[in-house]
Formats: sequence, structure tokens, C-alpha cells
Amino acid sequence: MMNRGYYGKFGGAFIPEILFATIEELVEGFLDARNSPGFWKEYTDIMSTYSCRPTPLTFAENLTKHFGGARIYIKREDLNHTGAHKLNNVMGQGLLVKRMGKTRVIAETGAGQHGVATATMAAKFGFRCTIYMGEVDVARQRPNVFWMERLGAQVIPVKDGARILKDAINEAFRDWVTNMDDTHYVLGTACGPHPFPEMVSYFQSIIGKEAQRQIVEREGKFPARVYACVGGGSNALGIFSGFLNDPVQLVGVEAGGKGLDTSRHASRLASKDASIGVAQGYKTYFLQDEDGQMKETHSVAAGLDYVGVSPILACLREEGRVRFEAASDREVLEALSLTVKKEGLIPALESAHAFAQAFKEVSDLSADDNILINQSGRGDKDIFTIADAFTDPDWQEFIKKKAKDYRA
Amino acid sequence: MTHIVLGCPSFEDSFRIIETMVKAGVDLMELQMPFSEPIADGPVILRANQQALENGATVQGCFDLAGKVTRAFDIPFLIMSYCNIPYRYGTRRFVSSMATRNLRGAIIPDLPPEEGQEYLNAMKEFDLAPILIFSPTTPIERMKSLAIFARGFIYCIARKGVTGETTAFSDELGVYLSQCRKETSLPLALGFGIKEKADIDFLKGKVEIGVIGSQTIRIMEKKGIDSVGNFIRTLR
Repeated sequence: MMNRGYYGKFGGAFIPEILFATIEELVEGFLDARNSPGFWKEYTDIMSTYSCRPTPLTFAENLTKHFGGARIYIKREDLNHTGAHKLNNVMGQGLLVKRMGKTRVIAETGAGQHGVATATMAAKFGFRCTIYMGEVDVARQRPNVFWMERLGAQVIPVKDGARILKDAINEAFRDWVTNMDDTHYVLGTACGPHPFPEMVSYFQSIIGKEAQRQIVEREGKFPARVYACVGGGSNALGIFSGFLNDPVQLVGVEAGGKGLDTSRHASRLASKDASIGVAQGYKTYFLQDEDGQMKETHSVAAGLDYVGVSPILACLREEGRVRFEAASDREVLEALSLTVKKEGLIPALESAHAFAQAFKEVSDLSADDNILINQSGRGDKDIFTIADAFTDPDWQEFIKKKAKDYRA
Repeated sequence: MTHIVLGCPSFEDSFRIIETMVKAGVDLMELQMPFSEPIADGPVILRANQQALENGATVQGCFDLAGKVTRAFDIPFLIMSYCNIPYRYGTRRFVSSMATRNLRGAIIPDLPPEEGQEYLNAMKEFDLAPILIFSPTTPIERMKSLAIFARGFIYCIARKGVTGETTAFSDELGVYLSQCRKETSLPLALGFGIKEKADIDFLKGKVEIGVIGSQTIRIMEKKGIDSVGNFIRTLR
């Protein structure tokens, strides 16, 4: 017996005995795929024909002028099919599911992005699909629920616990321990028991591979800094993986919510509020109380509103390889507005955290330097959430009128 | 063996439930310390965990009650909880606190031996029983290696899934249990889905211990603490 999947002291596989054989099967399935010569090509082929890979690198000329520091580049993960980097992981796991001969997939979702991506993959590959989503999130994210159901997935609102992302993960595990014979759990981020952190990072590494090549081609040198938002950590690990061995400063940006001096944030690695614990199958920093009960978190961006964080990122922080910062809800909305106005780009609220932190620092760098921001998702399809965040009065009027029409 | 969640709905009620169960003839009890993320538990026990936490149950409060219970009643008591609870308390300190309160062992469903070296060492040091779990999906080779670390008894899970769902008490279950028997010399307990006397009758001669978890909580919620005693008497 040996333990696996450790990154420094973080990670592991803290799983109930009933899942042991299933996790073994998944580890073997994943290693077998990764080691088979055609697999990565099969993956990049589908990502280039079904999604928009390689995604472009955009030079943000107006923002660069505005700040007058380093040249700002944006990696356009928002141009993936379904609008975010989430599809990279989901399509990769979908190919694995085919190899393992399973016929049903389940997933948790917070904001709904990962749920929509999984439902999309299931539709394409012909898998049955069940998505677990906290009741609170179902209420906030109806448009994504609409699409998941149209795509043929069954969406189950989770009514226990805090009724948010972490509770959806627990519920997905409960389904998995019951139905593992035909079912694969498509975990959406680089968290959970081994091999999920490694496997999700592996599929997301496609971002970093492309970005590293693109920026060096364009600028003839590495970026001074790379910025990515951090919820579970999958888009950050994806882009960072391309630069881990290069002289590049990597900056992970967490949800500062109402501020790190309040309890209303979701910052595990940039704040002092988190401590090491074990939950949801892995060991990492959690926002928890003295007894080890998980706390409620807050962020304007549902995708960052999570109590734990990838064990790989926890380790990279410990090693000093990645710097962690937090951007507050207010800073994020300002960064989003500025990016929309200056560049005509609409980052998701999650991704806007990376922009906010980059904007705080970019003027300190020299004009010879360049920085890279990962735009992990697009914001225009989250119009309900973003219009809410801006408390846009005309939008509210429109919704009221719409509601009246429906009543008529 | 019966199971309750400490602090649900209150520590006073927990004491009364335990008293009722002991008087009804229960000879072994599993006391669950509530956790906010109980992934192996089904809806009934999950909600009991939540309710206990909402009503202010703490680890210290659970230990205090456990100490009171072991002084008051002359049957063995075990702690059941998820890994983060002892981990945050300090694993060795947690085990030592169990020993001080005369608890006999612990079941931690999300701590396989691969991850639990510190826990297993501490349990050995304080002479407490780490109860390990066999499941219908556990390969035979793994049963053998789990049996090396286990003390007290082996907790056999009757089926896939979480606590509180229906279990088919079938020939297939019998075959699985005889496999479990082959791989360990320890007594066997069977849990997950035992609801009535017929289930217990099926298990006679196959296992030494039947575990009643969700069903007593259900009965208590519906009919109150006293009916739990009556329910347990019907099982014998």
C-alpha cells in the first residue's frame, strides 16, 4: 500500500473504501491514455475542430497605452466552445470515458459553466448526463440550467448543506459511490482525490503550451508575469504549466469578495484565514473553523466561490513558485468595465480578477516587458449575473417588463 | 450496534437517546461527531450532521458528552467521524482524548490506511481499535491488507451507495460476507440499509454485529425518542 498524488504535503486520496476500486480504474485509465502515443493528438484534434484551439493571443494595445507600463497580452480561453477553459478538461475526460467504456457522466457545477460544458460533451459523445448544482446556484443561474436541460442533461438541485458548489461536489460523490459501474465523475477543477488534480491539470496544460509558444513567437521573450484567477485552480494551472520552468513570475488571483479584512471572501492562499485540512477527498488549505467545519465563502464570481483550492497550487505557494493575491468585488467590476470599454473584450467575472490584479501592477513594469493575462472565460453569456453586479437600471426595467409579459 | 449523531438535535437529547438505546439492549454504539461535508452519508444522517452543527455542536462538546456516556453506561462506545475532525484537533491528541474518555475505537470512512499512518500509530499507542471497512467492490488482495491494520471488528458495507438507502438482503450479499469472513479473523459487522427484524434474521450466523444507523434516526424524527427503544426491542 502506498499513497499517491501528493504535491509536497498536499493532495492525496481521502476516499471511502467503496470508491477505492473505481479510483484505481481511473488512475489506470488515465495513465494508459496519457502514455498512448496517439492520445494527445486525438485530444488536440477534437479541440481544434469542435472548439477553437489554439485560442488566440490578443495584444491589448489600448490597455497598454492606458497604463503605460508593460505590454499586455491576453490569452483568449473565452473563445473556446461554451465560452470558457472548462471545455478543455471536459473533452479530455470525455475521451477517457469512451476509452473506459462508461456510458454516463455526472458533474458538479457552481456558476453552471462546468455543467454546461459537461452536458455539451455528453451530447456530443452520446453519454447520459446528470449535473448536481446547489439550489442557491440554480436560482442565480437559470440561463445555464436552461441550456444544460436543452442539451439533454438532468439537473438536480442540491438542497443540503450551504446549497452551493461544495455541496454539489458532495452530492456528485454520493451518486458516484452508487453508480460507478457505468458512471464517470467529471470533476471540474484540479481538486478532489488523486488522480483528479493531476488529470485536470494535464488537460488544461494545453493553455500553457500554446501560450508559451505564442508569446515567445510574438515578443521574442518570456512574459515578466502571468496572471490567472484561482477558484479551484484549473485555468491557473493550465496557463502556469507552460512557464513553470521559465524565469516568469506567476500570479494567482483569488476572490477578495468584500475584502480580506471581512469574512466575506473566498481567498485561501492570499489571506491568512485558511488552514490545512482534509475534505472532498484531498488535503489542502480550506476556509474552515477551529473544529474543521467548512465556512461560507463569498465572491461576486460564482466560479471562484469555493472553500478549497488545488493541492498543486497550495504546493506551488509553499515553494514560493506562485504568488497569490486577492482582488475585491469592487476592483473586479472596475477592471471588467475598463476592459470592455478599452478593448471590446468581455471577460467573465472570474477572469476579471486576473485583469484587476494585473492592472494594479502593470505600471510598475518597464515598457520592454510584457505580461500575460488568462481570460479564462467570456462574460457576455453571463449577462444576468454581470448586469446584476453592475445594478444596471435599464436592465432591471427590461426584466420587470419581461416578467409582466410572461404573466399576461 | 446503533449509530447516532452527537448534538442532534441537542447534547441533552443525545444523552437521552443513548440511554434509551442502552436500556433497550443495544450492546455497542457508534457516536458520530458531526462534520460539514459528510460524503459517505445519505440524506438522513447528512441532515442530522447539519442540524447538530446549526445547533452549535463542537468537537469539545462531543468529547464531553462521550465522557459522560461512557461513565454512565456499561457498553463499549466508538467514535465515528470524517478525517478532518481528528486532523484539525491534532490526530494524536484526538486519539488520546478518546482513550481518556474510555472510548474503545473509531471509524473514519474517508481515511484509508494509505493516508492514515499517523492515526493508526496513535490508535496502537493508546490501545484503541481502528475499525476498517470492507465493501463489495474491495478486491480480495486489498481485504487481506486492510485486515492487517484492523482491530476490533471489520465494518462490512452491504452495498454500493451511501447510508440509509434500501439494501437487498440476498444470496449475493451472503456470498460477499463469506468472502469477508475468509479474509479476517476479526468479528464482522454489517451496515447500510438494515431496517427490520427480517434483515437481522438474515444476518444471523453470517455476521456478529448488525449496524442500525439511519433507521433509528428516522423513527426518532417521526415518533420521538421513546419509540426508538421499542423499535430496537422488536429487532431481537
